[in-house]
Amino acid sequence: MENDVLGLLQYDFFRNALLAAFLSSIVCGIIGTYIVSRRLVFISGGITHSSFGGIGLAYFMGFNPIIGALIFSLLSAFGIEFLSKRSDLREDSAIGMIWTIGMALGIIFIAATPGYSPNLMTYLFGSILTVASYDLIAMLVLAIVVIFIFVFFYRTILYVAFDDEYARTRRLPVDFINYLMLSLISFAIVLNIRIVGVILLISFLTIPQVTANIFTKEFKGMLVLSVIFALLGSVVGLLVSYRFNIPSGPSIICVFVLVFLLSKLLRYLAVGLSLRRQMKNSL
Amino acid sequence: MSKIIEIFSLSAGYGDDLVLKDVNLTVNDNDFIGVIGPNGGGKTTLLKVMMGLIKPYSGTITISKSSKRKNGNVFGYLPQITKIDKKFPISVLDVVISGIIPQTGENQITTKEAKLKARSLLERVGGEHLCEKIVGDLSGGQMQRVLLARAIISLPELLVLDEPDTFVDNNFERDLYELLKELNKEMAIIMVSHDLGTISSYVKTIACVNRGLHYHHSNAITEKVLESYNCPIDLIAHGDLPHRVLKEHEHVNHGE
Repeated sequence: MENDVLGLLQYDFFRNALLAAFLSSIVCGIIGTYIVSRRLVFISGGITHSSFGGIGLAYFMGFNPIIGALIFSLLSAFGIEFLSKRSDLREDSAIGMIWTIGMALGIIFIAATPGYSPNLMTYLFGSILTVASYDLIAMLVLAIVVIFIFVFFYRTILYVAFDDEYARTRRLPVDFINYLMLSLISFAIVLNIRIVGVILLISFLTIPQVTANIFTKEFKGMLVLSVIFALLGSVVGLLVSYRFNIPSGPSIICVFVLVFLLSKLLRYLAVGLSLRRQMKNSL
Repeated sequence: MSKIIEIFSLSAGYGDDLVLKDVNLTVNDNDFIGVIGPNGGGKTTLLKVMMGLIKPYSGTITISKSSKRKNGNVFGYLPQITKIDKKFPISVLDVVISGIIPQTGENQITTKEAKLKARSLLERVGGEHLCEKIVGDLSGGQMQRVLLARAIISLPELLVLDEPDTFVDNNFERDLYELLKELNKEMAIIMVSHDLGTISSYVKTIACVNRGLHYHHSNAITEKVLESYNCPIDLIAHGDLPHRVLKEHEHVNHGE
């Protein structure tokens, strides 16, 4: 196996895949922590799926699908925020609507596009082994922006996320932070579509974070641990996918869940041990 | 005695649901106002409009200019604790620190100073043992202490409390009211409470909010009854309809 891995590193495509896994772990680890903490998982799922409409539109009109996805995801992110705040529509209902209309439009556009759409599966299920260098550059830029924003606005983001109404009484820029975060979520989703695909993407934004949450209950700790777990899962998942010749996206997710279950077990055992010790001491 | 905030002819609500109608209220710098009224009567809405969290439909809210006010810190807010997401990954210290108004320039305070300040505030509200905890581990009463520390850390001019006495045991309730009495020497307090019996022995005046607002310039309604036994009880009276008993008073007619 060791030789296998070293041998793999000779290939450009595998080095690119590792780099993509690294960058996407940073972005998804950080953004996902915000998503999980604020309970935005369902919104993020809606944004992810609706971006498929943009991919379809781009196919139909003949421009870069990532641009199409970005337009749709930003519009749906702000659309959900707007619909649920300024109208009677309940938030989860708004999400359900935007989630499916995006997918529906995507399918219609693709059906209307003449000829066969060869890369369609890439966008649905992702393909970390075929990421191009311009994908990597875009992800690198996003990773730098995300790190910068979370380092410099850490406390503002934390306070707004925890209690936005209170943050407003402190005159923190609540609306600005909310829209900034929604934009970052949209960018993170779109740039990761090539890697894990629309259907599986939400796992990158939730599973490493929930795993991190087993070990730490603090936002900062979750940010760091989520990145580590995302990196661990995606690298191991990548190797497993190579070894057993299975698709990389699903393989990574299976590793994510495995790590989660092991962590849960570990935590369970640790709690039991600590309880037993406490009970012994009190006797 | 100087005015902190003056509310004039205020109407507010949500969508087409008019919750507050033609409300007038002036809060002065050493007031301790107890806000009572039925559920859905507009108590919380009144607090939120006051702090600018909800835009009023009509009317004015004037916040007086004050020389002692630094960096515009008027309100110290304690929301209803049911509004707090207890699973949010945040430490108690960070919650308290979030009450500090961010400052720029020379007045900027380091994280270390902020932590020290938060610890001393937690001590003041009897929560020094909570310093190392995270929010998810707190009981209802502990959470109230933490939220109170957060509300007062920036020494606001007006402490705005929305049911600080829910999910609280009797011991803490007494501590809380004593603490508020103490704090009232430094800041005005407006407090929503369901426990009319207890609050009326601590508050100075009472505002009755039920769509409109009736202001009672004393807490005398139940004083006579409660002075003899200063303990947390609700006054109960039987009748055809559940009701609260107030001393006879004139209501200003708001033209309803």
